[in-house]
Amino acid sequence: MKININGKECLANDGDYVLQVARANDIFIPAICYLNDCSPTLACRMCMVEIDGKRSYACNTKVKDGMQVLSNTKELWDERNAIMQTYCINHPLQCGVCDKSGECELQNFTHKAQVDTQNHWIKEIDRRHQDWGALQYDPSLCIVCERCITVCKDKIGDSELKTIARGGDAPDKDFKDTMSKDAYAVWTKFQKSLIAPQNGTTLDCQECAECVSVCPTGAIINKNFQYRSNAWELTRIPASNPHSSDCELMYYDVKQRSIKDNTKMVYRVSNDFHFTTLNKAARFAYDIASDCKGKDEVEFNRLVSLFKDNKIKNVKFNSYITNEEAYILELLRQKYGFNLVNNEALCFQDFLKTFCAHSGSFYNASSDDVKKSDFIVIAGSFLRHDNPTLSYKVNNAIVMNKGAGLYFHPIKDTKFSKIAKNFVSVNCDYGKEAQVLEFILQYFAKDLPQNLAYIKDAFYEEQIEVEVKSKDAEGNEIKEKKQETIKKSSLAKELGFDEDKLKDLLLKKANFTLIIGNDYFYHENAKYLAYLLANIQKLTDFKVMLIPPRTNTLGVSLLCKLSKASDGFTLGYNERGDFSFSNDEHNNLASSNLLEQEGTFVNYDKRLVPTNAALKFKGYYLNDLANALGLDALYTIEYTEQLPKDKGFLNIAFDDLTNHYDNAGNNHRGYLIDTCEFVKNLKQDNQIPQNIKSTCECKKDDIVILANPIGNLSKYTNKSSFFNECASLYASKDYLAKHNLKENSMVKIYDDKDEIIIKVVLDKNIENGAYLPTFDDKINPYKFFKTRRYYALNIKEISYE
Amino acid sequence: MKKYYVVDEKRKLILTPYEKFIRSVKRCLNTDLISGLAFIINETLKRGNSATIKYPMEKIKLDNRYRAVHRLQRFIESENERCIGCGLCEKICISNCIRMETKLGDDGRKLVSNYSINLGRCIYCGFCAEVCPELAIVHGVEYENAAEQRSYFAHKKDILTPIDNLINQVEFEGAGSLRADADDFVKVTPNYYDVMKARESEASISNSSDTKEDKTNKEAKDV
Repeated sequence: MKININGKECLANDGDYVLQVARANDIFIPAICYLNDCSPTLACRMCMVEIDGKRSYACNTKVKDGMQVLSNTKELWDERNAIMQTYCINHPLQCGVCDKSGECELQNFTHKAQVDTQNHWIKEIDRRHQDWGALQYDPSLCIVCERCITVCKDKIGDSELKTIARGGDAPDKDFKDTMSKDAYAVWTKFQKSLIAPQNGTTLDCQECAECVSVCPTGAIINKNFQYRSNAWELTRIPASNPHSSDCELMYYDVKQRSIKDNTKMVYRVSNDFHFTTLNKAARFAYDIASDCKGKDEVEFNRLVSLFKDNKIKNVKFNSYITNEEAYILELLRQKYGFNLVNNEALCFQDFLKTFCAHSGSFYNASSDDVKKSDFIVIAGSFLRHDNPTLSYKVNNAIVMNKGAGLYFHPIKDTKFSKIAKNFVSVNCDYGKEAQVLEFILQYFAKDLPQNLAYIKDAFYEEQIEVEVKSKDAEGNEIKEKKQETIKKSSLAKELGFDEDKLKDLLLKKANFTLIIGNDYFYHENAKYLAYLLANIQKLTDFKVMLIPPRTNTLGVSLLCKLSKASDGFTLGYNERGDFSFSNDEHNNLASSNLLEQEGTFVNYDKRLVPTNAALKFKGYYLNDLANALGLDALYTIEYTEQLPKDKGFLNIAFDDLTNHYDNAGNNHRGYLIDTCEFVKNLKQDNQIPQNIKSTCECKKDDIVILANPIGNLSKYTNKSSFFNECASLYASKDYLAKHNLKENSMVKIYDDKDEIIIKVVLDKNIENGAYLPTFDDKINPYKFFKTRRYYALNIKEISYE
Repeated sequence: MKKYYVVDEKRKLILTPYEKFIRSVKRCLNTDLISGLAFIINETLKRGNSATIKYPMEKIKLDNRYRAVHRLQRFIESENERCIGCGLCEKICISNCIRMETKLGDDGRKLVSNYSINLGRCIYCGFCAEVCPELAIVHGVEYENAAEQRSYFAHKKDILTPIDNLINQVEFEGAGSLRADADDFVKVTPNYYDVMKARESEASISNSSDTKEDKTNKEAKDV
């Protein structure tokens, strides 16, 4: 369909809003309150346009074929001028010190609407600053556009902000005659309301600080950035989130450290909030650069000779590396024949390979599909903790598309189940992962293959009473109660889930997505799960999405031939080994952090995205080691072009990669991996795996899962001063009650071999369960978990008597 | 005193040798030459009449508009620094010689923890003083900036008026300072609402109890 905006023909889709179409066609319509992918709030009224001669608002008017839209007439700008005037009433003129000065939308629109006089006045009200934990709220700067509320509800899913009464005077009635209707309405609303946390005083949220990012003025501000730099002093360096596999586009804002110290420092992380949302890790864990003083030649030469003498048997590494580094490691492996050890990536790789072999294709959903879908099933992931950014997208889909969904997890995330009535949390037991997939196959698949036929028969019969209405000979209605036998899924029963609910949830749903997380990759029955999942992708309407557990797990899985560790000398690259070439504190030779490197990641959307170096690293890069060992590249990014084509990479040079979103929201970040090529070149192993009965037959109450608190995703995030926590056992209220534990007391958790002494902390947002984090280097939970996600651990409070 | 002479454009040109001779005789016999000589001798011998400034014992007094090394001013009343750390001087500086460090102060306000100007780079264009909304950075009179090295930094402690010397702080009148009639351009702010309300209520009180006694009392108070 075509519409005409300011004389320009624009193509539009049914259901688009006028503002979206205008933006996609690079036509500027001013709007303060509207955010992409969020519901229009109509708070600012700046987007008023004339449609076929009638005044309406571009943000909530849907397009009709042949519409004539005008957005730039003098009358409209006069109205906008009046509105901007009302925003400026009593707005403090502290632009000189305000942190938003220079990137303030109020400033911009005040200029744009050419406000140069102030014709109105009203009594001043109490405007004291409010302390919201990591954030500060300044009511005097707030123009109540409600963007923070909108983003928190529609994108993040915390719904932690609301409007409260401001207690200001109503504007004088005389002004009603002298000013325009819209401006008067905006002003009246503005005098009435103010933003506040849901519970009144402080925020009880995951602290993603997206509200700070979307705030057009400086009303909500990060305390750790406050008054430290003006916006225009900072250099924006585009990068990708190095902490989780969303790898969202973000910017490091960099400036010299001080007058005396000219070295660069990251002052904050910012984002294109219309198109990307950042999680807490990306937003705050940026001060993690290594304090490497220079090149330690002695240790470097020792490392080189270790390779040359063929002493190294294993290279242990994690997935917080770039594709180029992974490729260098793989090239070195081919040359020296050591084992590349990365257990997490190995599990994921195996899962992926089995999945691809049986489905004949790569997993076919991306986060965009999640955003578009209206029925989402999540299984095997403690989603808000594992991948906060994807949980935002799930929330966005469910809120915006009036979607429904199921969330299978043993631990109940109460915040998640508050998103919508139609988003049902199913508290299935541990070890029932296969049943979840089998149930989905049973319910949604059209034809099951021969060897899965047993799923079709997994029913039991139940007697229920049904009221039957009928008419007797005289035409009166009679109600009769009848016994009826119906078939019900025994799988659903095992999961503790009423399948009848599903019928209501599935009303008018068309786009299905299934999200699978860590639990499945690390499962002892992973092969069978992957097989079932492949069938789901093949036989049902579900699009399947796997969440790579770490930043570049997918890239590593594509590029490296991983194996288990054998005995012998181990080089730890960013990990502990007999020789550590690492960015940890305890290392033999310092390596660079991800924010000191150029390179690329493969994110969960199967997209190769570039990231730039924010800071300079003075030590040795992995590339230097590779050069010393006979490979030849001046910079690490020379490998970007060489990434293997048979694994699906395209041979595009790093400098030719783009990294941005356009006005219409189209993704121009790097390129999509050619997954068909990857699957084609995969060594097919079509053997159908066996369903192994879970050996985890332990008491459900004792189970502890391996998960981090929201945002503190790894040892790297914990290095930053914003987190810097000691590991604790995070437990739900009922878990504490069941084990007779007090909050914040010291406990011993143990199995028959090992024990850890740790503090126990209450997590208000979960039910029936506890989790042990991995971010603390000093406490090693892997000695219990190995590669499993959950484990039964005994727990006992320690008394000091 | 007659200052200007009208040029006689129709003056007759002297061209013949006789006329030239007569003119030079006239000039020789005139006393102008001697009086000129006397004036010169007189001026030369006069005491304290030297145009030469004996630098460095003597220094020239610069005009207000001269742009010498910067000063950071304080408020005379509160002794606070005037600089609010807005960074406009840093932004506008075309030779990129200004840097500042700011942070959140203990009082919750923006604190300028340090400030520096690289006088080796500064071209003394005066934009910083002109753009400063608080008249905090101004040009001083210190124009001797020879240094041993190219980059030569003035830090906040060097250019900020010391508290004990606050009494000698001079208001800057050069570029960027307020014009003399600046007060006339100030508009009433929305906060004036309170003042107006207060006046209204005052007026209504005085109207309702408009006795002579009150009036005289009020007048006495006003005086």
